[in-house]
Amino acid sequence: MSSATSVAEEIVDYDEALERYDPVMGLEVHVELNTATKMFCGCATGFGADPNSQVCPVCLGLPGALPVVNEKAVESAIRIGLALNCEIAEWCRFARKNYFYPDMPKNFQTSQYDEPIAFEGHLDVELGDGTTYRVEIERAHMEEDTGKSLHIGGATGRIHGADHSLVDYNRAGIPLIEIVTKPLTGAGKRAPEVAKAYVGALRELLRALGVSDVKMEQGSLRCDANVSLRPRATGDQSQDDVPLGTRTETKNVNSLRSVERAVRYEITRHAAILDRGDKITQETRHWHEDTGVTTSGREKSDAEDYRYFPEPDLVPVAPTRETVEMLRGTLPEAPGERRRRLQNDWGYSDLEMRDVMNAGAVALIEETVAAGATPAGARKWWTGELARRANVEGRSVEEFGVTPAHIAELDRLVRDGRLNDSMARQVLEGVIAGEGAPTEVADARGLELVQDDGALEAAVDKVIEANAEVAQKVRDGKVQAAGALIGQVMKEMKGQADAGKARELILAKLS
Amino acid sequence: MNTDPTRLSAAELAHAIASKELSSVEVVQAHLDRIAAVDADVHAFLHVDGAGALDAARAVDERRASGEDLHVLAGVPIAVKDVMATKGLPTTCGSKILEGWIPPYDATLVSRLKAAGMPILGKTNMDEFAMGSSTEHSAYGPTHNPWDLTRIPGGSGGGSSAVVAAYEAPLAIGTDTGGSIRQPASVTGTVGVKPTYGGVSRYGLVALASSLDQAGPCTRTVLDAALLHSVIGGHDPMDSTSINAPVPSVVEAARRADVKGLKVGVIKELGGEGYQAGVRARFDESVTLLQEAGAEVVEVSCPSFDYALAAYYLILPSEASSNLAKFDAMRYGLRVLPEGIEDPSAEQVMAATRDAGFGDEVKRRIILGTYALSSGYYDAYYGQAQKVRRLIANDFSTAFEQVDVLVSPTAPTTAFKLGDKLDDPMSMYLQDVATIPANLAGVPGMSLPSGLADEDGLPTGIQILAPATQDERLYNVGAALEKMLVDRWGGPLLAKAPQLTAKGA
Ligand SMILES: [Zn+2]
Repeated sequence: MSSATSVAEEIVDYDEALERYDPVMGLEVHVELNTATKMFCGCATGFGADPNSQVCPVCLGLPGALPVVNEKAVESAIRIGLALNCEIAEWCRFARKNYFYPDMPKNFQTSQYDEPIAFEGHLDVELGDGTTYRVEIERAHMEEDTGKSLHIGGATGRIHGADHSLVDYNRAGIPLIEIVTKPLTGAGKRAPEVAKAYVGALRELLRALGVSDVKMEQGSLRCDANVSLRPRATGDQSQDDVPLGTRTETKNVNSLRSVERAVRYEITRHAAILDRGDKITQETRHWHEDTGVTTSGREKSDAEDYRYFPEPDLVPVAPTRETVEMLRGTLPEAPGERRRRLQNDWGYSDLEMRDVMNAGAVALIEETVAAGATPAGARKWWTGELARRANVEGRSVEEFGVTPAHIAELDRLVRDGRLNDSMARQVLEGVIAGEGAPTEVADARGLELVQDDGALEAAVDKVIEANAEVAQKVRDGKVQAAGALIGQVMKEMKGQADAGKARELILAKLS
Repeated sequence: MNTDPTRLSAAELAHAIASKELSSVEVVQAHLDRIAAVDADVHAFLHVDGAGALDAARAVDERRASGEDLHVLAGVPIAVKDVMATKGLPTTCGSKILEGWIPPYDATLVSRLKAAGMPILGKTNMDEFAMGSSTEHSAYGPTHNPWDLTRIPGGSGGGSSAVVAAYEAPLAIGTDTGGSIRQPASVTGTVGVKPTYGGVSRYGLVALASSLDQAGPCTRTVLDAALLHSVIGGHDPMDSTSINAPVPSVVEAARRADVKGLKVGVIKELGGEGYQAGVRARFDESVTLLQEAGAEVVEVSCPSFDYALAAYYLILPSEASSNLAKFDAMRYGLRVLPEGIEDPSAEQVMAATRDAGFGDEVKRRIILGTYALSSGYYDAYYGQAQKVRRLIANDFSTAFEQVDVLVSPTAPTTAFKLGDKLDDPMSMYLQDVATIPANLAGVPGMSLPSGLADEDGLPTGIQILAPATQDERLYNVGAALEKMLVDRWGGPLLAKAPQLTAKGA
């Protein structure tokens, strides 16, 4: 039974679920590499091109066409493997994963099976409470992406109920790296946070490696979350001795926040089923960002048979140790080291740095600072206004179309005294609304601090005259009373004045 | 010189065209006339491209007239097995499922023929997706053996061997997965070469079994095969499995034709039980001739060869089941809507199309391969077959430590009657028992005519095998033997073939 209609399923309270069950996760992350050409042919890989404009006999799977491995993609795979502290295979092969689907041109996917390019690694991720969780990596392997089906005429955009379907093969053959963790145990209550922190850390790492655009909303980073529950160990039983439960695999998890929410949801859903004494169905689940629930996809039995066998059209990949060491030399610094260095460079407190990490904004701030912003300014916008909005809207900060260059420009406008804080917020609104870069938005919206000291002075005089009592308090040395006057002046100036300057003027006149 | 251009070898035609005794247009036209006269009986072509061939011939003639330096085979026409992608020309692989498909690209091999200025006469018949040893599994009807039209021309490339045997083309391209060039050569009295795996690009060759397929020449003489081999051979960056080394000096070897001091190994396991007496007799004579010419002949044992057929019929179907998955009605070729189903799903269309579009032999092998790759059976079937494959490669290595070349009869029998083995797949499979080991090990092999069997007067073939990348040894030994045999016969074997008469002439 697999129905696409979403029926609200019973769930239990998260904390209750955790009292009775121990969650175990397995995370599979697909990363689209940003190589100029596809995995096995010379076609371009740019996002958003006209449908079927980036195709050739090879990636269309025309009869007779043959694949040739993209050496750049292999290099990226090795660098990812090394950055994840993996072993790199001395010799490995591609394999064919056979199944029929219209968006797969050859009806097999060229992938890797029992001989992945990288295996046995780990990634340490920092959690909100300052502790570190080690995510053990089972493997990272190379494969090609499939095409994309577009179902026309149905209500859901799914194949069910559609009139007809169109397939765009531009994505077919784009190099993918699939990174698979070992079963993640011992996270307990923090399991959803670990999932989010891992995907976030992975994204930072991949961005630092420069191997992918890592845009979750465009699908260049995709996460499938496997979740299972097992009973809490009792007595002197060790939790490790309790066998794993049946897992579900949640697909379509397209933001960091969703990773956390989806894992959390599945834990509460599994717990409800197990509480009833029922069995978990091993299946694929679809995550619905809007409703925050998962629904049943296709049932996935152990009998699903992809008839893997070594790809006879490709020769084995056998990177020499010299090549591997050369690539190791190109790795960016380890995430922990990098974090410490940046925190030091930027002068952030531990708490501030953790906020930055939690917002997944380390690389963004780095780029923003590189574009000319002050570290404080960069942090303020990415972890303040943008993170708040992202949280409210359930999106990631990158999805707003705001770039590090925008924030650097905004920061400069504030520092140059052209905008005050509330005006800068309005400008940011405009940037998010697609009105252009900060200066353009400020110009178009007529946002600019009044630089005419005459006007400001007149306003100050007017306010002092109208508030003689408050003015006297300031004269008597109660400097904090000036705040009320400053507010009045700003009001008088319709917000278009520099509050600092107003304060200076008031204090000068009342001294 | 013979006045009928179709009776000349490719080497002779090349010379005549280069010296302007004949124009390429005249040569092409002569072959088109011959095709028109006899192909209704032989049915070796699935598609004849007269206009395209004449255009190409005219272009070569013009380039020659303007004094351009041209390739040695420029202007010499050729036929291409219908398994090679040809831009703008139908490519069906002998299957209904590809009926009407016109590839938008040329196979690398086809590009090389075109670059050499060789006009392409058309596409030749074959067993569907190269599965078979008789062309009877072609969805477009069988090809008939020019020696006896009631008999099979071999397969899968029966069309390519028949066109050269019937003088419809001086040269043809075949492909050999388990003997599909060599066995047809053997039963049609022609020459066929399967180069070293990776010696000729597979880009554009519609794959049957990727790890076994290899394209090569189908000709009437060893020298012609060498000339063609040097056109199509060599590294291709579009094929990862292509060997990155210069083409072996095959033409030089064919001209050398000297076996003095060479060690020739007769494979003990190939030639005993199941081999027709006449095939065996002609083979023994050829071996004696080599000995008389100064070669040292020894018997060599390759014990694993006994398991070659079994391993082959696991590896081939496994790869084929995956290679043929792309024929699903989604992007090209046949599309059949299932009967009685309103609004069918993509999967139902795929199933209906594959059911209607594939013949029985193809379905048999897809089912076999799907089974062999299934989890739980993989180790016992595909896995074991790969082990046998390694043992066979080891047998070759050991043998080639003792001898320079190996020899055996090419096929166990002469051409059988059309329809004789259609209901007995196992006996059909046994046609390739001697040719399969070379594909499993990737070594090169050649078949050339060894004579006519006494019992039926039909051609027999001898197979020569050499170590990987040592293809020139085939040409050296083959040319030497050919010369002695032709002397003994008093002319080419094909001269003894009955004359085909034009239908209605
Ligand atoms: Zn392509």
